[in-house]
Amino acid sequence: MPDKPKVAFYWCASCGGCEEAVVDLAEDILKVVEAVDIVLWPVAMDFKKADVEARPDKSIAVAFINGAIRTSEQEEWVRMLRRKAGLVVSFGACANSGGIPALANQFKKEQILKYVYEDCPGVDNPAKTRPQTETTDEGRTVTLPEFRSMVRSLDEVIEVDYYLPGCPPTPKLIMAAVGAILAGKLPPQGTVLSPDNALCEECKRKDSKPADLALTEFKRPHQIQIDPEKCMLAQGLVCMGPATRSGCEARCVEGNMPCTGCFGPSSRVKDQGAKFVSSVFSNIAPKEAPEIDKVLDGIPDPIGTFYRYGLSKCILRRKLN
Amino acid sequence: MTKHPAQPPAAPGQFEPRIVAFFCNWCTYTAADLAGVSRLKYAPNVRVIRVMCSGRVDPQFVLEAFAKGADGVLLGGCHPGDCHYAEGNYKTLRRMRMLERMLKAMGVEDGRFRLEWISGAEGDKVRAVVNEMTARVRALGPLDLPGRFQEWDKEMEELEKRVGTADAPEVAHAR
Repeated sequence: MPDKPKVAFYWCASCGGCEEAVVDLAEDILKVVEAVDIVLWPVAMDFKKADVEARPDKSIAVAFINGAIRTSEQEEWVRMLRRKAGLVVSFGACANSGGIPALANQFKKEQILKYVYEDCPGVDNPAKTRPQTETTDEGRTVTLPEFRSMVRSLDEVIEVDYYLPGCPPTPKLIMAAVGAILAGKLPPQGTVLSPDNALCEECKRKDSKPADLALTEFKRPHQIQIDPEKCMLAQGLVCMGPATRSGCEARCVEGNMPCTGCFGPSSRVKDQGAKFVSSVFSNIAPKEAPEIDKVLDGIPDPIGTFYRYGLSKCILRRKLN
Repeated sequence: MTKHPAQPPAAPGQFEPRIVAFFCNWCTYTAADLAGVSRLKYAPNVRVIRVMCSGRVDPQFVLEAFAKGADGVLLGGCHPGDCHYAEGNYKTLRRMRMLERMLKAMGVEDGRFRLEWISGAEGDKVRAVVNEMTARVRALGPLDLPGRFQEWDKEMEELEKRVGTADAPEVAHAR
């Protein structure tokens, strides 16, 4: 009997939610386990780096890699997996576009380290000790990975074959992707494995979206009683639907919360945040700058709002100063 | 025709900014044309791209221009109320007010992006705006995003070389 295809799961700068999503396959995970051999899955199985390193190049059929890339160790792991795997699937928002960790691209490395090791309330570090990549203690040398200057998406570090979007990807999309890989029925390289439309297309509230939103005010979800039937944007809530890829079946909206954009943009959009501004802000009501500014004041954190899951993929990539 | 002093020549070795200008077909591009036929001299630092309406300019275009090496981006449209398509320039104004906030939050200096309403009769304003903006961006210095992107990614090079080959040596920190 020929060997079952080998599959690796790996995580980088991530929260573990993507691992949870694999577990969320529920009984379906048994079908996956039946069809493949898992050769690496740090959250669940005890394989070491050396085990993967010992495998011949391209001997792993597919590596699912989640999480953004912030340290030299993560870079090293993903480069190694790229060498060992035939296909690399960028799994989830952090790997695809930096995710929540990429919001740190609004700060310099020095600002982050200073805050975490000196200024953060509760830190007691009078010597201002910081982690070093190499330290010698009693004759032994201890090393740590390098903390890079910025957070990168996986495809800024290695070549990626497919993308599974979401924070995390839904079990339905994961199963569809696994099925397509096992059957060898794969779309062109570089495809995001989710329908290529705006989320509004599959949103049940689509019909209640007026042609002209004519917004006079932006509100935040905790400030209003959200109408469970009406388009979020029409209620003055920032709903990223127009600039976000479909495929999640508008789950957040179904839970009566606006979309925050975790699926990233569709293939026709390069910069999710800029596109959102293009589509929604042209539709606010006022025509004079001072009144427009008053409406815009309702969004105190534009970068954190429009690039919540994708600052690595903002065309500017990070804050410049 | 009023005589205008020519743009003073740039000092040798001085930084010459590259400014991408999106001008709407109906007003600002016509004004730039008028400036030309009126022989008004203005700084040669703008590369004009004609668009049908300032409302066609997606904020993505502005970011893309910066990312491809522009030091400044100028956007010119019809005065409010004069848009050939009735509402296009209002949409522009709303989008760009938000874009300006985003650029600020991303550390792009004030003055690198500018929105101006210039009617077809205001060839003179084209000259004034282009000259002012060129001086301002020249003072700010190069933005050089392509260079910065390369600089940022240099930190990955050494490791890439080390682990790029099949018989890469074990790296101490990642055992």
